[in-house]
Amino acid sequence: MFRRLPEREATITVEIDGKPVPAAPGDSVAAAMFAAGVAAFRHAPVDGGPRGPWCAMGVCFECLVEIDGEPNRQACMTPVREGLRVRRRLEGARQEP
Amino acid sequence: MSVDLAIVGAGPAGMAAAVEAAEHGLSVVVLDDQPEPGGQIYRGIERAGPGLSAILGDEYEAGRALVEDFRSARIDYRPNSAVWRLDAGARIACSRDGAASTVVAGRVLIATGAMERPVPIPGAERPGVMGAGAAQVLLKASGLVPTGRVVLAGSGPLLLLVGCQLLDAGAEVAAVLETTVGGDYLDAAPSLPRALSGWRDLARGVAMKRRLRRAGVEFRSGVSGLAATGDAVRFDGGEIACDLLLLHEGVAPQTHLSRQAGLRHRWHAEQRHWAPAVDSLGRTEEETVLVAGDAGGIAGARAAALSGRIAARLAAGADPARLAAALDRERAMRPLLDRLFRPHTVLPADEALVCRCESLTGGDIRQAVRDGAMGPNQLKAFARAGMGPCQGRMCGLAAAEIVADERGLPVEEVGSFRIRPPIKPLTLGELAAMEGETAEAEAL
Repeated sequence: MFRRLPEREATITVEIDGKPVPAAPGDSVAAAMFAAGVAAFRHAPVDGGPRGPWCAMGVCFECLVEIDGEPNRQACMTPVREGLRVRRRLEGARQEP
Repeated sequence: MSVDLAIVGAGPAGMAAAVEAAEHGLSVVVLDDQPEPGGQIYRGIERAGPGLSAILGDEYEAGRALVEDFRSARIDYRPNSAVWRLDAGARIACSRDGAASTVVAGRVLIATGAMERPVPIPGAERPGVMGAGAAQVLLKASGLVPTGRVVLAGSGPLLLLVGCQLLDAGAEVAAVLETTVGGDYLDAAPSLPRALSGWRDLARGVAMKRRLRRAGVEFRSGVSGLAATGDAVRFDGGEIACDLLLLHEGVAPQTHLSRQAGLRHRWHAEQRHWAPAVDSLGRTEEETVLVAGDAGGIAGARAAALSGRIAARLAAGADPARLAAALDRERAMRPLLDRLFRPHTVLPADEALVCRCESLTGGDIRQAVRDGAMGPNQLKAFARAGMGPCQGRMCGLAAAEIVADERGLPVEEVGSFRIRPPIKPLTLGELAAMEGETAEAEAL
């Protein structure tokens, strides 16, 4: 879905759903996910449909993922660092009470 | 802690204000939710090498000097800081690295900039569809270039700019679908008086369009009925296959902080968004709160920097007259630009997702109005619209448009979502860790 220009060299490694992927210093977690070929960042909690970021700048909250064990973090607002672990929430629709 | 001036946002307005205020001897704190200064317009500029800089162009490169001045100014710059509450008076609550704290200031400058207007067409929430500005952010911050076929759809100067930048970055731009009726309005630009500063913007628009056409990009104007299917964009009378659909219908001021602070807001009838009620210098009806840059009304980066400096001078008790004259010149063309680049996808179709957080379509919102929801705030009770994590940032404008349309009233009469703190999600842990801030916690 995205490739990286040579001047933004990927020199660190993060983990997405247990898989190591390269990332560049200065990347947001969202950018690292896009660069790794991730399109669906989560499934919507209400309708269960796949979602991806709209804004990449902290407004839409469509990039919510689990980061280092903490759920519902904005991938686009979280800078990457070596060894950071991302887990997507792909379990589908929330249970109606 | 207490300071003379607390600035929220480190884009052109916030950075210029910080530099100017420090020069006047004020103590300054700058709170910004990004890891680096620059805002979205100059995002990643400190790390941009010659390759990326050539792609992003002069207007981007113009930010480098401002960021350098900002970095060397005597200020307390706090990146990665999410402001979640502002009380006039003035007091700010924010979170940084999982710890919440407060800043008390003589004056607060809201310089939170703009956001891309959501474009609620059917399928816009699918992966593979995003704002044109979002693609530009990924390019600026991480040098990411879309692979596969890209289609841009909507209106506004940024649509063409992103198209050209992606082309220069080596992307395959298949088509530009303009929702503008009579898409050749830009051709009139060279006949406009050149003394007006906005002429530059229009002339650039003409050049960008030519450049895209020469590169073989398919152009359509007056496009309606846009919908994203997952591997194509559909519109009335056609369909174009694409891997990435970039939508854009202009930008809108980010008003959550100014709303939550209780400032009065005005409806912009042509650009169809809200902005805090400010005078030409950025003063609000609250003496302690100033607004600069696109947060107070869309006028672009040059105007933002000027208005930031004006706000700093006001805070320092210095005369802003000379800068105010320059700002007037910068804004002179704005009414014409606002008219030319009116958003066209403002009233969502029944099948379009309007509230992404609560998965409510245009039809769901219309039904809630028929069930008795009189305004956006009743939509919360009737349908939970605006009650998810984005707190109505994505659905607020469209939901209000639907209510107004259904009730046959102007949008300014149906109003907007009431915004309450915290305006960014906050963990109980962060709140509990606010030492000596029990009053703050109770106030929530």
